[in-house]
Amino acid sequence: MNDGAALGADSAPALAAAPGRTLTLKSNARRRMSESSIGAVLLLCGLVSILTTVGIVVVLITESIGFFREVGLVEFVTGTRWAPLFRDQAFGILPLLNGTLLIAAGSSLVALPVGLLSAIYLSEYATPRVRQIVKPVLEVLAGIPTVVYGYFALTFVTPILRVFFPGTGIFNAASGAIVVGIMIIPMVSSLSEDALSAVPRALREAAYGLGATKFEVATRVVVPAALSGIVASFILAISRAVGETMAVTLAAGATPRMTLSFLESIQTMTAYIVQVSLGETPHGTLEYSTIFAVGLSLFVITLSMNLISQRVTRRFREEYE
Amino acid sequence: MTERTSGQQPTAAEERGDSIIQFPASETVLTTESLGVLYDGTSAVEDITLGIPRNRVVAFIGPSGCGKSTLLRAFNRMNDLIPGARVVGRALYHGKDLYDPDVDPVEVRRRIGMVFQKPNPFPKSIYDNVAFGLRINGYQGSIEERVERSLRAAALWDEVKHRLRESALGLSGGQQQRLCIARALAVQPEILLMDEPASALDPIATSRIEDLIDELKRDYTIVIVTHNMQQAARVSDYTAFLYLGKLIEYGETDRLFTNPKEERTEQYITGRFG
Repeated sequence: MNDGAALGADSAPALAAAPGRTLTLKSNARRRMSESSIGAVLLLCGLVSILTTVGIVVVLITESIGFFREVGLVEFVTGTRWAPLFRDQAFGILPLLNGTLLIAAGSSLVALPVGLLSAIYLSEYATPRVRQIVKPVLEVLAGIPTVVYGYFALTFVTPILRVFFPGTGIFNAASGAIVVGIMIIPMVSSLSEDALSAVPRALREAAYGLGATKFEVATRVVVPAALSGIVASFILAISRAVGETMAVTLAAGATPRMTLSFLESIQTMTAYIVQVSLGETPHGTLEYSTIFAVGLSLFVITLSMNLISQRVTRRFREEYE
Repeated sequence: MTERTSGQQPTAAEERGDSIIQFPASETVLTTESLGVLYDGTSAVEDITLGIPRNRVVAFIGPSGCGKSTLLRAFNRMNDLIPGARVVGRALYHGKDLYDPDVDPVEVRRRIGMVFQKPNPFPKSIYDNVAFGLRINGYQGSIEERVERSLRAAALWDEVKHRLRESALGLSGGQQQRLCIARALAVQPEILLMDEPASALDPIATSRIEDLIDELKRDYTIVIVTHNMQQAARVSDYTAFLYLGKLIEYGETDRLFTNPKEERTEQYITGRFG
């Protein structure tokens, strides 16, 4: 530090007044050390999350290997009965996958239209003042703990459903899907709004200049130009719905089954993992290792969805200009 | 600046007298009366009274920030899109005030088209770009035919006729700008507003745009904003010089550039400021 200051103090006049004197640019050992140690600390922080991810994948795979040795991959991915905890054991993951997809589909039905339309509203119709208020409020939805959504589903959504559909079970896929849908609306609206706002003003002006109405500008120019960003937000939101645990565990039940009905109790992959983790299944048994196989499957699904969304987003960047 | 408050003083219009050309009402398509635009209460252009003659090219020149683009955008109500912008005075199009409460800005923009400073084709195919205005207008005739005619009018047809389905973003800057002109022509506006249409283009592309403007004035009335005085001299029949939001001088282009009546016009065109 000291010698840096000294260099600053006398080098400037030296340069101006005494052209004969050479300016020495010697390296500052202490500064170089502190710079490189800062780099190392930052790298370490980055490594923590990378190593954690690697660790999780390694644990999932090694623990699953034991399971697949005993059960077999074919039975696991094609079996239509999931009953590892009963005497008559069955290890077909399809019922759990069915439950997860039911929740994902149902919540998409709620979140994608509502999320996209509110994004269009925020980006194209709302005045800056309204946007300033509405956007944070929407994002508060994302801050509500998921367990709260769970009992909101049980104590509020399900009773309403039972008024309209008297046959609805206490635990049912519909109420789980609805609250998960509400939960992921902010994700869709916020990311889609970013994509819509990123569409250059010049494109909007071009359309207005041709006599387009606000609605035509939004639907025929802005949404198509932002389509990849919107699709990316959809995929991320669906992948969030697939991974969602607490709300569906509480609302949708614990009955793995092959069904397309939203009014029955189902079980998702995540809810199954909770059930076993909290239950009395002894560690180290085949029954216990099922959760790693299910966890690995879940990881594969969400990872591939995130990869797809990344690819879509990259395409989006090339869309205009 | 001109004094307008006292009764003894001549009004601004009277004093400027012959430095602002007057057209008979039958020759103009657009006439402004004391038109002004304010952004958040600050005046960007004020007290503009001028006529735009039919089938002529009118150029707006002036230093950056003089309000020439703002004035141009007031002609098809593009300023409506800017929050905080307000227009005062009148802009009469065939005798009807464009800012009358019962006038639909969407309808105005279908008749008074616009080409922007930077080429802004939609990220769609060449064909869809030109067809866009026709589709939103619910055009009943053959879209294909009108697309071809518009591309021909914009002198782009021969270059793109074999690649109509390709993205417009694959065209060069000059081609993109001619595509934007074709897109504006497709809806058959009466007036075409051009906001520095060649400022982002190289000299060859620029000269093609200028040739095009010369051809288009047979069918359209063109108002062009340019910061390039040579361009104004080359393409326009009449030139208006704006300075600090006011119309200083407006007259035949040749006369204005060779024998300006106002001192500030002379100073500007001889390069003493701007």
